[in-house]
Amino acid sequence: MNIKTILASAALAMTAATGALAEKTKVGFVYVGPVGDGGWTYEHDQGRKAVVEAFGDKVETMYVESVPEGPDSERVMTNMALKGADLIFTTSFGYMDPTINVAAKFPNVKFEHATGYKQADNVSVYSARFYEGRAVQGHIAGQMTKSNIIGYIGSFPIPEVIRGINSAYIHAKAVNPDVQFKIVWAYTWFDPTKEADAAKVLIEQGADVVLQHTDSTAPQAAAQAAGNVITFGQASDMAAYGPMPRVSSIIDDWAPYYIARTKAVMDGTWTSTSTWDGIGAGMVGIGEISSAVPADIKASAVALRDSLADGSYHAFTGPLNKQDGSTWLAAGETASDYGDGGLAGMNFYLEGIEGDVPN
Amino acid sequence: MDLSSISPTLLVASLMVAATPILLAAIGELVVEKSGVLNLGVEGMMIIGAIAGFAAAVGTGSPIIGFLCAAFGGAALSLVFALLTQFFLSNHVATGLALTLFGLGLSALMGQSYIGIKPPASAKLDLPVISDIPVLGPVLFSHDITVYIALALVAAVWWFLKYTRGGLILRAVGESHDAAHALGYKVVKVRIMAIMFGGACAGLGGAALSLVRVPQWTEGMTAGAGWIALAIVVFASWKPARVLLGAYLFGGVAVLQLNLQAAGVSIPVEYLSMSPYLITIIVLVVMSAHRNKAALNAPAALGRAFHASR
Repeated sequence: MNIKTILASAALAMTAATGALAEKTKVGFVYVGPVGDGGWTYEHDQGRKAVVEAFGDKVETMYVESVPEGPDSERVMTNMALKGADLIFTTSFGYMDPTINVAAKFPNVKFEHATGYKQADNVSVYSARFYEGRAVQGHIAGQMTKSNIIGYIGSFPIPEVIRGINSAYIHAKAVNPDVQFKIVWAYTWFDPTKEADAAKVLIEQGADVVLQHTDSTAPQAAAQAAGNVITFGQASDMAAYGPMPRVSSIIDDWAPYYIARTKAVMDGTWTSTSTWDGIGAGMVGIGEISSAVPADIKASAVALRDSLADGSYHAFTGPLNKQDGSTWLAAGETASDYGDGGLAGMNFYLEGIEGDVPN
Repeated sequence: MDLSSISPTLLVASLMVAATPILLAAIGELVVEKSGVLNLGVEGMMIIGAIAGFAAAVGTGSPIIGFLCAAFGGAALSLVFALLTQFFLSNHVATGLALTLFGLGLSALMGQSYIGIKPPASAKLDLPVISDIPVLGPVLFSHDITVYIALALVAAVWWFLKYTRGGLILRAVGESHDAAHALGYKVVKVRIMAIMFGGACAGLGGAALSLVRVPQWTEGMTAGAGWIALAIVVFASWKPARVLLGAYLFGGVAVLQLNLQAAGVSIPVEYLSMSPYLITIIVLVVMSAHRNKAALNAPAALGRAFHASR
């Protein structure tokens, strides 16, 4: 056997191997935190497991956890694409430009970027209307607070987070005109140490409700230690901290979307789309409102949730002014998704919130 | 902006908690450096302590056993360093850096199944009447046990170095290992004991982070605390009291900047976030500004390998 035949048979074997593998659809997931964070990444991984469950042998999934946002994520995505992934979900805002860059190099691989706004022929974007859940949180928080101070742990000052703050604020204000928001920016999605410190400081400054837009359960633990402080589960139910301090939660449910998009790749019907679903479509869930919340508050919160779900009420309905007092929405007007003053690019606080949006 | 919402009492109380992990690691490293060994593996030993303590506390349900295991874990990892530097005479700096990388990796592996788990709550000091005294109560008498252990250790190390024969030997070894050896002191033995003490302190500091301050386990949760501890030892010119000052200053500014943010002070968040590092280093540099004095205070044999050839 000379070297030529060895090479030839090796090449043959490889073709056969790829042929066998090609029947499986490979789906990759890039996670910003560990799958055990109990919040954001945990729910994305539940979605991945649902894909495995739905398609069994026909699908192969891979994931990389705790991938830093920014250039390093390009390496991870490129690696996945080179390993033969057909579809890659990049599940954090900071993967936006890396996803676009890598997608340009692999035109045959489909990409799905969560919570971003840049699309391409092979890049879809998807997000959930978390601000609908924030409206329910604000509604409960405004009535539950005794100190009238609500603490808010922000991650990064991006539209998704600012929408959440605004939505929670106006709905808390609607039920409690004296309510005040104290906002601390943690500049991280997942860092239990920083999140715990931020929660403790907010509690020390009188907050008896702590809302978080970061992914770990550390603020819940801090609130539990403090005793009389309530919190809401973020991204996942965080039921381990109920009925106090966790009185309800926003649950992200990505499973139906992930299954549908994987199916589309299998059928060859995948096209670049922009999906933004809320409570109505089931992408945002409101976790069980615990026994710590009085029955009448619970009932009105459920009613609010249902009106958001059936579309009879929009979380941003005018009259609403921007922080500087200028009109954003006239009476009865609802916010548009895109364009000037649209929700997708929201980068301003609404009237009544103190402090500036960091830039 | 509403500065009145910041309570000085609670600020002091929480800075003590925030500073404790760094203080524990720094006082341990001070003893190590006084014996003439430069162990840059503090970060690695801290995080091993954090996960060892967390795992033990979760497994047994007892935070005390957790703290003991954390100290043991940190000391065990430091033995690797001791073996390499004291018997194989490897370079202190390179070995210490390797120890940090090894500790970070090993802890991530050990901690795989502990992410997102709640540890048992460690008991706080709660003396009737005394803990309820306004101002003094929250500041002095209502902390977690680690806060008092850290303060006691600082006092003990100060007394040991200044007033005991053991302290004198330790310093002699750190100043001139050849002279100490000529006098018949076991240089390697003294240094190994110092290294293990440093490891145990760093491990305890790690557990103070994972069991008290956060309390949770995540990969890389020390986030540079070990490096801060190292910097504090140098800038405190190897004096226990200044280590205490440096650690509390760092903890204080770290807590204060979050308080200022929550109170709505209009300083950009980025400046506030870097302030603890900046202010701590500036203050300690100014304090040790006398170039000669500071240089004199550094153990003369710091970082030099010892081999009893003569």
